[in-house]
Amino acid sequence: MKISPLGDSALTLDFADESSDRARLLARTLSAAERLEGANLPGVMDVTCAYESVAVFFDPARIEQDFEDKIGALVSSAGFRAPRKARKIEIPVCYDDEFALDLARVASQTFLTGDAIITLHSSIEYTVACIGFVPGFPFLAGLSDKLRVPRLESPRTKVPAGSVAIANAQAGIYPFESPGGWNVIGRTPLRLFRATENPPTLLRPGDRVRFRRITRAQFDAEQE
Amino acid sequence: MIASVILAGFQTTVQDCGRVGLRKFGVTPGGALDSVSLRLANLLVGNPDCMAGVECSSGRVRLKVDVDRLVAWAGGEFEIRIGDELIPILHCARVSAGAAIEISPKRGGRAWLAISGGVDVPEILGSRATDLRAHFGGWAGRALRDGDELPLAGESKLCSRMRKELSGIISDWSAPRFVPRGRFLRVIRGKNWDDDIGEKLLAQKFRVAMNSDRMGLRLEGGEILPGNPRELVSEAVAPGTIQLPPSGAPVVLLGDCQTIGGYPKIAHVITVDLGLAAQLQPLDEVRFELIELEEARALLRDRERDVALFRAGLEARFG
Repeated sequence: MKISPLGDSALTLDFADESSDRARLLARTLSAAERLEGANLPGVMDVTCAYESVAVFFDPARIEQDFEDKIGALVSSAGFRAPRKARKIEIPVCYDDEFALDLARVASQTFLTGDAIITLHSSIEYTVACIGFVPGFPFLAGLSDKLRVPRLESPRTKVPAGSVAIANAQAGIYPFESPGGWNVIGRTPLRLFRATENPPTLLRPGDRVRFRRITRAQFDAEQE
Repeated sequence: MIASVILAGFQTTVQDCGRVGLRKFGVTPGGALDSVSLRLANLLVGNPDCMAGVECSSGRVRLKVDVDRLVAWAGGEFEIRIGDELIPILHCARVSAGAAIEISPKRGGRAWLAISGGVDVPEILGSRATDLRAHFGGWAGRALRDGDELPLAGESKLCSRMRKELSGIISDWSAPRFVPRGRFLRVIRGKNWDDDIGEKLLAQKFRVAMNSDRMGLRLEGGEILPGNPRELVSEAVAPGTIQLPPSGAPVVLLGDCQTIGGYPKIAHVITVDLGLAAQLQPLDEVRFELIELEEARALLRDRERDVALFRAGLEARFG
């Protein structure tokens, strides 16, 4: 593990040197983040994780002298095991043309039919590697190599809420209308972010996610 | 108890000290881009320091209150009047029911206006700050528009004691300026700092690009070629982080920035200089000066001690 300052009020703990296996690194960051959150160290205001690293945000006026040592000790004792039984969440997706804005483009780049793309996309179990970009946007690891396509050359200024998209090695879902450059191949009727609830997101880091194909009629019926 | 927005200006928002502890859900802290200015303005009118106030950036803003209130402001170069009376920065002033508060940017930047009692919009995820990107918080999740009516909360006892001591319109008490003034933003090294990139960052004069906003200052006029132009594995970023995208034009992240990013983090503007960064406008020049981490933390501790002393002084007089 490597600790580096993230400005004067945060630290990044980078685990990349501990393994070359992505799933293992993600489990490592999740268990480290959970251990640090549970420790309630004085001055710590926020703990967050992404892929291979954990960030700890704190108030420099309130931390104790041996702050970094304590973090190091907590993280070493956290080990590699996934900290909790992963939640399994199914996301219904309608892949109809109306919603699948870039399916034809993905088909031409991957030499696959639309149906083959949908089958590949909805047959894999993904892991939420982190939430970011905008509130509630899940970065899903596990996309089939056959579906690797680059981001759009010029991002859309408005991607509709619920858009299910892919780019490079990742899948994601736009929680609300926002700009974005990923390839949109469907839409979910579920709401991924509710500011009035806490936790506000449908998905959390470490969750296992599957996509389930639904019809347009089911989409309308399940719209939240 | 309402502050009516007669003229909304541009990008005028309700802000407090932001959201804490929600980064793992992708929720940015946000809040006043210079939280110290908002906190001082709040303390000057007898509010708890992180009450919601109004952040102004450009365009004229006119607010009208329907109850007697105290107001104070801090931030950039603005002219703020109640009737004919010019309200000096970092003072407390009396505004009567029916009177208007006129806020006109001079050289501008950003200003924070505190009203006694505070703006009483609903608290969402622990804060009243407006999240413009995710469209929630503040007033209807958006910048203010003409005709909006901001509810005000009841005043604290401290507010009414201050009002009694206020003989004229403007207070004889004021707060010192804690926001450093200068053309340099102090930075510390980032994870992806190297001496070659660092030398270029420190040697050049940059200009703030037109497309800068509450998420970040995009800099131009001094391209730095990244030593390694590939994207890194995304990890946490923070307000103050200076990212170097493949274009070679650095970006200084501000309060509404994303929670994670994949570009190299070459340096970080220190926390005490974020208020200065919040005042930079398109076409402004900016330069960077390198300091050590320990110095940055000491400066932040000193500033917080100064704010605490100021608060204690006010409480000693009115408490």
